[in-house]
Amino acid sequence: MLPKRFLHEVQSWAQTNAINAGTTLGGINLEKNLILNNKPAPRRKGQSWLSNAGKSMLKHWQLHLLVIPPLLFFLIFKYYPMANAVLAFKDYNVIKGIWGSPWVGFRNFELFFENPMFWTLVKNTILLSGFLLLAGFPIPILLALMINEIRGGRFKRFVQLVSFAPYFISTVVMVSIIMLFLAPRLGFANIALNFFGLESVNFLGEPGMFRSIYVWSDIWQTAGYSAVIYLAALAGIDPTLYEAAKVDGASRFQKIRHIDLPGIVPTIVIILILNVGNVMAIGFEKVYLLQNPLNIVNSEIIATYVYRIGLLNANYSFATAVGLFNSLINLVLLLTVNGLAKRITNNSIW
Amino acid sequence: MAASAAISQKIKESTGDRIFLTVVYTVLILVVIAVLYPLIFIISSSISSPAAVTSGRVWLWPVDISFKAFKVLFSTHEIVSGYANSIFYTAAGTLISVTLTVMIAYPLSRKAFFGRNVLMMVITFTMIFSGGLIPTYMVVRQMHLIDTRWALLIPNAIWVWQVIIARSFFQASIPEELLEASEIDGCSDMRFIRSVVLPLSKPILAVLVLMYAVGQWNSYFDALIYLKTADLFPLQLVLRSIIIQNNSSGAMDAMAMVERQQMAELLKYALIVVATLPVLVIYPFVQRYFVQGMLVGSVKG
Repeated sequence: MLPKRFLHEVQSWAQTNAINAGTTLGGINLEKNLILNNKPAPRRKGQSWLSNAGKSMLKHWQLHLLVIPPLLFFLIFKYYPMANAVLAFKDYNVIKGIWGSPWVGFRNFELFFENPMFWTLVKNTILLSGFLLLAGFPIPILLALMINEIRGGRFKRFVQLVSFAPYFISTVVMVSIIMLFLAPRLGFANIALNFFGLESVNFLGEPGMFRSIYVWSDIWQTAGYSAVIYLAALAGIDPTLYEAAKVDGASRFQKIRHIDLPGIVPTIVIILILNVGNVMAIGFEKVYLLQNPLNIVNSEIIATYVYRIGLLNANYSFATAVGLFNSLINLVLLLTVNGLAKRITNNSIW
Repeated sequence: MAASAAISQKIKESTGDRIFLTVVYTVLILVVIAVLYPLIFIISSSISSPAAVTSGRVWLWPVDISFKAFKVLFSTHEIVSGYANSIFYTAAGTLISVTLTVMIAYPLSRKAFFGRNVLMMVITFTMIFSGGLIPTYMVVRQMHLIDTRWALLIPNAIWVWQVIIARSFFQASIPEELLEASEIDGCSDMRFIRSVVLPLSKPILAVLVLMYAVGQWNSYFDALIYLKTADLFPLQLVLRSIIIQNNSSGAMDAMAMVERQQMAELLKYALIVVATLPVLVIYPFVQRYFVQGMLVGSVKG
């Protein structure tokens, strides 16, 4: 039943590939994939840019034809919306359309900044993702280090198989499970509380509980999945280091401290950059489903506000401005963290 | 061999190390319990009697086993149609997504393909910046996709991350030399893809199919914003309305009032099982592909 070759495969993949690959994310060499390949290939003398293009197009016209549908997809569903984001600077009028509507400059942004909701939204968004980052970031690392301590055997595969499984549960089901377990009367948590003679708690109705519920259920669901990346990095560490440590009489803890941890620092930094860079982009889906009128003071974040104002109240221009503000902050954060990481640790996404 | 290795390791283990290992094993066993317990509890509840569930008599194993909830579920129109829709969206969406992903990833992996670096940048940029919810919604509306099945299949058809993974795979496992050799033999690009690339790329195709299929099966957001007709709803959206918004469906109309509330509770457990089981049952068999998916690009790009 269990995929027997699983462990072996992870290790051989990682060992053959990750050791000398420099900065790797789960073995995926971001630097190489995203960036180094983007440097144009050196051109031979006497060949102009244009004739190169022509030659390639002629010889590989089928390949160029092939990319047209996917390219159209990106233009229509990714780039066209970016152009549509000018909506943020307009006063949208259904009849005149996006481009015909009158310009209003930064008025939508000003409205948002002056809105009493503004600070609540920013605070809720940052606190929720900050908490998630703080608690959710170290746990997969610890889990991976612990799983890595078990040498071979069924138990190791079993732990990985089980801890990875909740990743495949959909958001709707995850929230359903949370609601069933935390239900005020018949929920498992309250039955357990009552059993120990404690008062029932309406967990989902307590604004103060919202962030904890969100964060811990998220960790339950994704820690095993996130640990795989670190396990791959751990499998890629040079085995001779462990042999040397053994000769020197290092304890298991010392090996973790002086070999394992330094070995996965590049991976840790990359994941950290990606996580911090996504602080403002915290998922709409789960927050929206967990929201109710009682916990909304803490659970309304920018993404859910955009949905409410934009799609439910049809206030398109304003909602676009709020969304654009969010995307921009996110982009700036990503670039800043990436730059910092590059300076401090020499690891970066690009 | 293995036994002697285990013995020698046992001898070398110091007291400190043994304590350390005991702690590690204990924590991991607790992790396994923490993950498995809720899942077992839900499955047990779904096949217990309604009264046992609502009175809190189910702790771990099913009590008074009955499959009543499943019978009610599969005789409810909403759920059956949601199930059928989800199967359709998963099958069609996966087909479209995988095809489009290969169509862009393969050319991007060839050095001879002119403009691949610019194109790659154009694509990866969409990963870090987007127009946002409303502008995307407006485009989908302009394309007249709102409230059609296409709205769930097209607007999110390609995931950039999948393109990156597939491209790395093609770069690593379909050497340029192979292409050059077949070119000399007069093989066209399409022919090469059909008879060389695709047969050699089964592992990456498996990864793409699985990732897209699970994504499509589990998604609800696109359906929430783009669909209005209940007959088009995927299972996840039906689930949301029954469990999270607590709209007990027509399923219970026929039942006596006494049983009604108990049944409503039980149905929630059964629904969760029905919606998750297909994925969780296949999961142990395909787990290694998922892990490969995360590592596949590691072959030197």
